[in-house]
Amino acid sequence: ELKEEITRILTANNPHAPQNIVRYSFKERAYKPISHVDQMAIHFSLNGNMILKDSDEGRRQTIKLTTSEGSDLPFLSSEKAPSAVTPEEAEVKDEEGTGDAQVAEEEEAEGSGAAEAAEPAEAAEAEEPPPPAVKEQKLANQFNFIERASRTLNNPMQERACQSEPTPYRNFSGTANQWEIYDAYMEELQKVEESKEKEKSKAQTAQKEEEKKKGRKLTSLVSQSDDTTKISKAAKIVERIVNQNTFDDIAQDFKYFEDASDEYRDQQGTLLPLWKFQYDKTKSLAVTAISWNPKYKDLFAVGYGSYDFMKQGGGMLLLYTMKNPSFPEYVFSSDSGIMCLDFHNDHPYLIAVGLYDGNVAVYNLKKATSQFSYKSSAKSGKHTEPVWQVKWQKDDMDNNLNFFSVSSDGRIVSWTLIKNELVHTDVIKLSAEGTTLQGPEGLQLQMPGCGTSFDFHKKIDYLFLVGTEEGKIYKCSKNYSSQFLDVFEAHHMAVDSVSWNPYHLKVFISCSSDWTVKIWDHTIKTPMFVYDLNSAVGDVAWSPYSSTVFAAVTIDGKAHVFDLNINKYEALCTQLVVTKKKNKACHIQFNPVYPIVVVGDERGHIISLKLSPNLRKMPKVK
Amino acid sequence: MADTGEGKKEEADYKRLHSFPLIRHTDMPEEMRVEAMELCVTACEKYATNNESAAKMIKEMMDKKFGSSWHVVIGESFGFEITHEMKNLLYMFFGGSLAVCVWKCS
Repeated sequence: ELKEEITRILTANNPHAPQNIVRYSFKERAYKPISHVDQMAIHFSLNGNMILKDSDEGRRQTIKLTTSEGSDLPFLSSEKAPSAVTPEEAEVKDEEGTGDAQVAEEEEAEGSGAAEAAEPAEAAEAEEPPPPAVKEQKLANQFNFIERASRTLNNPMQERACQSEPTPYRNFSGTANQWEIYDAYMEELQKVEESKEKEKSKAQTAQKEEEKKKGRKLTSLVSQSDDTTKISKAAKIVERIVNQNTFDDIAQDFKYFEDASDEYRDQQGTLLPLWKFQYDKTKSLAVTAISWNPKYKDLFAVGYGSYDFMKQGGGMLLLYTMKNPSFPEYVFSSDSGIMCLDFHNDHPYLIAVGLYDGNVAVYNLKKATSQFSYKSSAKSGKHTEPVWQVKWQKDDMDNNLNFFSVSSDGRIVSWTLIKNELVHTDVIKLSAEGTTLQGPEGLQLQMPGCGTSFDFHKKIDYLFLVGTEEGKIYKCSKNYSSQFLDVFEAHHMAVDSVSWNPYHLKVFISCSSDWTVKIWDHTIKTPMFVYDLNSAVGDVAWSPYSSTVFAAVTIDGKAHVFDLNINKYEALCTQLVVTKKKNKACHIQFNPVYPIVVVGDERGHIISLKLSPNLRKMPKVK
Repeated sequence: MADTGEGKKEEADYKRLHSFPLIRHTDMPEEMRVEAMELCVTACEKYATNNESAAKMIKEMMDKKFGSSWHVVIGESFGFEITHEMKNLLYMFFGGSLAVCVWKCS
């Protein structure tokens, strides 16, 4: 059913109009259908109020408008209109008066016409009163007075406050007395005389003002140019003064304190702790070498590195002065730990250092860098093992500086500073005697001995001692490169330090990790004295003021001071010098001038100690 | 007595001879300083006998030129402690025995 097609046709026919209208036709006296049915259907009609201008009504209205507009006498128009109307009425009435019979019907007709005429007149009249009323002046009265008011938009208000900065104030005070004024004038006059001016008063003041300005400028320039340099010097002095103030009691002790109790102590002595030197960056490093500057008696160099094979880091070289215990004077850093150092006797600004990686380097204090001036390298024959000791020698024949180094690789090498380089020459190859091995192919290998320390004789230039890891001490000469002059079976463990006695030319001392310190005469094979210190001995040093006094430090942190003149068997002083437990004292050095020893430990601290009088007894001059 | 009298006279003459305006302390900028000094000298010379009118003149001129609230003290013997706006103070001597202090403080 949905798919049926229903056709619709649109036509212009009005669907509502009847299609068969029949009308009665009188002519034929019958109903006849209309041939044509009106098909118009009005859907919407609106009555407009537009009147044609030229029609009667239109003309009437225009007349009314014009009369109402130009009227001073509003009644004229009203009169006119009725007057216009009345003649019509009069005509009508006249017509009425003339013919009665006909007039009866005509009266009605005319009455209706008059009524019709009257209607428009009335209508006109009706229309007329409103225009005059409108044209009258608009009298404001209570009833038709209209008030209109309007208000603009008010912008909302906002508070804003601001306060300017107060002008800067300053206080000023003074006194104005006669003598003040007088003095001021006298001063001024003196200035005038000094500057040799001969102008009169006001000109004088003007010029003086100029001069004052010039003077100020000059002084400011002068101060600027000297600022930086002067400040550095002044700052250094101030730093020293501040340090002196801080460590005042220590400085006093250093200078003046003498332990009075020594008299009662029956030859025992004490070590009085003085300053402690430490530096942040060396906290993890151990002190590996200490040496006093030959020229400046308060300056000493400390080398930092690490004895631990596993924990190798960088190294540092610091120079401290006793005048400034809080900060080192010079700081040098190196890639590998510094194991030993030595000042040059004649050129106290040159320091030779030996490094853990086998290199040697020379630092020049006069140059402002924190790097070495010379350094050896793999090409230039560095050691293959850590360098344990370096020592400067006298200038060679070409006046070149040179120094010796000893290392665990068994070589003793002489380094010469030629121009800008270090040139090396092997002096001696150490070989451990009795350890020749049968290598492959029937070669005889010689195990190199490992040198751990050496010392040159003070007077006999070519003679020197070498201590080794096996515990032997070799007496060698610079002239013989493969043979030793002598061998001492010194210790059971590595020889940590050997040192000639500065006064007794035949005597030397050695210390070792086998807990002993031994004193030898180099002509005799067996030691003269043996001291067992109950702990591995790190370092031993002769005192510069007495031939019988020496000091040793041990791993348990004690310092031992011996005086052979007084007591041949026991130490005069055994004292714990390092601060914390598990801290090994590694090195000790005597100050050449003052009664001070400096001890370095594993934590990077340096402690200076003053020797009590008992320890300082000078041998009697015979 | 006569000698001392003469001595005093000489001193007075001496002061007067060296009675140039002497600035004792100021932190004014250059132009302001010069102008103020000139003004003070003029006023003091004009009203040599009357410090008050001299001070009045100086104060009014300074107010006009440099802004309100200036204070002026002229005298031969006084002590003072003042608070002044920075760069607005002039303390000078004049005439061998007069001291003038001019400062601004609102």
